[in-house]
Formats: sequence, C-alpha cells, structure tokens
Amino acid sequence: MSWNIGVIVLAGILGLLGVGLYGLLVLRNLIKVVIAMQILVKGAILALVAAGAAQDQISLGQSLALTVIVADTIVSVVGLALAVQVRSHCGTLDVRALSRLKK
Amino acid sequence: MVYALIVLGMLACALLAVHARRLMVSALWLAGASALASLLIYLLGAPEVAVIELSVGAGLVTVLFVFAINIAGEESAAVRPLVHRPLAWGLVALALLLLGWLTWPRVLISPAPQTASFVQTFWRDRFLDVLLQIALIFSGVLGILGLLTDGEHKGAA
Repeated sequence: MSWNIGVIVLAGILGLLGVGLYGLLVLRNLIKVVIAMQILVKGAILALVAAGAAQDQISLGQSLALTVIVADTIVSVVGLALAVQVRSHCGTLDVRALSRLKK
Repeated sequence: MVYALIVLGMLACALLAVHARRLMVSALWLAGASALASLLIYLLGAPEVAVIELSVGAGLVTVLFVFAINIAGEESAAVRPLVHRPLAWGLVALALLLLGWLTWPRVLISPAPQTASFVQTFWRDRFLDVLLQIALIFSGVLGILGLLTDGEHKGAA
C-alpha cells in the first residue's frame, strides 16, 4: 500500500467516472443511461473508500459508501420503472421520445 | 500488479457495458465491473462495503436489470448519439483533467487500521444516514411496484 497503489486506484476512479460521464452524454436508450449512471456511481463509491483509506478513516468512508450504494440502488430501481413505463406509453426507450409527450 | 490488473479489467468491463449493442450483454458487463470494483474495495481494507457492493451491485441490481429488460424488451441502440462523440470525449477529458489535478496531491494511500469500528461509526455517528436509507428503501419499494404494475397491464391486455 503505497504511492503506486494510490495512483493505480486513482486511475481506476477517474476511468470509471469518465466512462460513466461519456455514457450519460452519448447514450439515448433509457436503460443504458441507467447503466452509465451505475458506472459513474461505482467510481464515486471507490473514491469514498479510497479517501477513507488515505485519511486513516476507513470506517467513515465505509459508512458513506454504504449510504451511496443504497441511494444508487434505489435510483436505479426508480429509473428502470420509469423506463418500463415510458416504453409502454411511447413504444420506445429513446430519450428523445420524452420530448414528444404532448402528442 | 494485482491492483493494476483489477483496475484494467474493471475499466474494460465498464467500456464494454457502454458500447455493447444488446441491453442484456450490457447489464452483464456492468455486473462484471461491479464484481471487480468490490474486489478492489476489499483490497483497500473495507470488507463490509465490499460484501454489500458484491451482493447488491453485482447481484440485486443485475437481477433488476434483467427483469426490466425482459419487460421492456430489447431495443437496438440508436445510431445517432445524443451529443457528438468528439464533443463528449472533449468534455469528459476536461472534467477528468480538472478532477485529476484536484486529487493528485492526495493519492498516497496508507494502510487502513483494521481496529476501527465500522459498527460504531455507522450506527452512532451516522445515525441520520440510517434514517435516510430507511426512507430510500421505502422509495425503492414504490419503484418495484412501478415495475410490476406494467406486467399486470400486459397480462390483462
């Protein structure tokens, strides 16, 4: 556990955040948007644990990460329910279909 | 070396989850990324969160994705992205540069003390978080009801 490991973990965190952000910007399928958000939040969870380990406060990092895991799971459930409802009402999972709600 | 392999595998799984054409394949790659992330969390000295991430992130969430994809049906990915790809890569690179610049001085990770009591921190110091999680779980139950309602309509139709 030293400088090298810190750099590797930081690279992993930044990579996950980058892939998740890219997915949120590019993807149009609602379920894939939820998947991209999951990747983004995994980077945040990893960052919380790594910060806790770096500051010798791993318990605090763990409890914050646990809260984020619960919140992320609930957001995913609500997002998936929304996607299913949009699919049944609009017939598609495309995000742009949401702009045609008045039709 | 183990850390580098885990990080590389995790990033590869995440990239494949974003780029996969079929939704089901994408959900499975996400489960792989989640499992490798939980392994990394365990190696960083946080076994409790690693177990929860593995069971919830790689297990429960994957089951929910498979369930939702079965209800909503597969739909091939749209050809035109929401934002132009070069612009999206530029924005991501800018965000990562700023984030890396801010976090670079703090990358030295020291060994985490195993004697720290997670139970005490979680149940006493962060009790408000516990209440928040209970409220969130009730919201999740409502979300599950939203998922199931559609199946009943389909069955009735």
